[in-house]
Amino acid sequence: MAGFTTKTNPKRFHKSQLKFYFILAPIAAFMLLPIIFIFSQAFKPIDELFLYPPRFFVRRPTFNNFYELFAATKGSSIPVSRYLINSILTALFTVIFTIIISVFAGYALSKKRFKAKNLIFTINNLALMFVPVAVIIPRYLIVQKLGLIDTFIINVLSLLAMPIGIFLIKQFVDQIPDALIEAALIDGANDFQIIFNLIMPLLKPAISTVGILAFQVAWNSADASTYFINNENLRTFAFYVSNLTAVTGNTIAGQGIAAAASLIMFVPNLVLFIFMQSRVMNTMAHSGLK
Amino acid sequence: MKKLKKYMHWILLSPYLTLFVIFILLPIVVAIYLSFTYFNAIQSPRWVGLQNYVNLFTRDEIFMQKVLPNTIKFSLIVGPGGYILSFILAWLVAQLTKIPRTIFALILYSPSLTAGVTMAVVWRVLFNGDQQGYLNALLLRLGFIDKPIQWLQSPEHLLTIMIIVSLWSSMGVGFLAMLAGILNVDETLYEAAYIDGIRNRLQEIIYITIPAMKPQMLFGAVMSIVQTFTTAGIGVALSGTNPTPQYAGQLIVNHIEDYGFLRYEMGYAAAVSVVLLLIIYLFSRIAWKLFGDN
Repeated sequence: MAGFTTKTNPKRFHKSQLKFYFILAPIAAFMLLPIIFIFSQAFKPIDELFLYPPRFFVRRPTFNNFYELFAATKGSSIPVSRYLINSILTALFTVIFTIIISVFAGYALSKKRFKAKNLIFTINNLALMFVPVAVIIPRYLIVQKLGLIDTFIINVLSLLAMPIGIFLIKQFVDQIPDALIEAALIDGANDFQIIFNLIMPLLKPAISTVGILAFQVAWNSADASTYFINNENLRTFAFYVSNLTAVTGNTIAGQGIAAAASLIMFVPNLVLFIFMQSRVMNTMAHSGLK
Repeated sequence: MKKLKKYMHWILLSPYLTLFVIFILLPIVVAIYLSFTYFNAIQSPRWVGLQNYVNLFTRDEIFMQKVLPNTIKFSLIVGPGGYILSFILAWLVAQLTKIPRTIFALILYSPSLTAGVTMAVVWRVLFNGDQQGYLNALLLRLGFIDKPIQWLQSPEHLLTIMIIVSLWSSMGVGFLAMLAGILNVDETLYEAAYIDGIRNRLQEIIYITIPAMKPQMLFGAVMSIVQTFTTAGIGVALSGTNPTPQYAGQLIVNHIEDYGFLRYEMGYAAAVSVVLLLIIYLFSRIAWKLFGDN
């Protein structure tokens, strides 16, 4: 049984695993390069940014680029912190509402019995492949008809319908035995009590995952700010960063500021994922589409 | 009260269904309707039948000669390419013990955490066209080139860089799902297969691993399709202009924006949207055929 010296999901290290390290290490290094570059560039002092030939790694790190970033305003008097606060609020509300909406819908699709249930789930599965930018023009027209152009809530509203959220939650609720819910019903609990007191605590991994996905979309997305909002006061940090060259020009000093801004975009995503990774992996085990 | 209980599922579903209709279903329906009209956002839409589609496929040289071939090339390499890469990397990572596995998985996943469009400001520095650009400086020093290359402004390189950048960030949710799928394949299946005469790891993957994790394979495929077409606007972000230089990095998403928001030919842009939706649908049909149950 030679095949069993190396196997999937091994418990212990074996020298036969070395070959996988040899393949993975260079790939991982390549993947890491641009990320190391953002870190390095963000902390470079101005003379190192101007250096020729350019040097990849920073020698004498400073926070100068971050100061410059927050000192820069876009001609008008709107400080960068304004965009950042908008992003934080957008992300916060998007995460909270996506979780509540997805848990309600996922619970109903998993545990309630009604005619249209399978149809709705099938349509939702089909909508997993929905790409919002593909229909950006009708979306714009609809948002305009609803009078939501230039409102803060469109930042949040346009992101809340997340088919993948409903899908993952429903798959997870499926694991909870019906008997548990029936027992609670007999004890006189209503559906909201069941959701908040019984289902939510059991759904922690799936809720964390949906929360983290909602956060990533909300934090990274510049779409609502680009298409639905003209008022600078309401736009998000992602929008600010993607238009940064318009502010600083494509100058070399601007490159350091841009890297600092990209770092601020990236780090929250990374930290959240590191904290949640075991819950995310647990959820992904139930992510199969049939 | 009793009546309320009977309709509880609709109450629970209503927030989601409302948002779903407004932001997903209705936009698709409106796109299909508008695609049969002439609409300039000022006057109300005028019905023109199939005219937009006829123009798109017979008159729009840029669409047929640049945008469509670019889109097909980009989506074939980044879609299936990124997907196969995700699976291979997930499988390789799954061969390690827990701690190194987690570290490698994190490294491979982290590019997908960078925000596609905002990351462009960093790419522009790496691929800067003068000798200050990091890639140019490196290649000049190694002697591969003797003068700096305009990576992001030259038609022959832009699409390639878009593809590399997109592949770099393609190990996303689908990658995690496939990794979880590989790790959760029942071990006794492998033991039985070896007794039945499977001889190597490749056979193991083809006959055991993939069939046992078909649902995750399908989920991963759908996720890479979505990711491919969501990042497709990157050419404009990288080159800084719409249209991209000589339309070299122009994909359908940019064409929609070009006609919709720059020329206000919204009916025509809607027809392009419908074509894009059909392409996405076609890709996912193939995925369902390969890995779906029915």
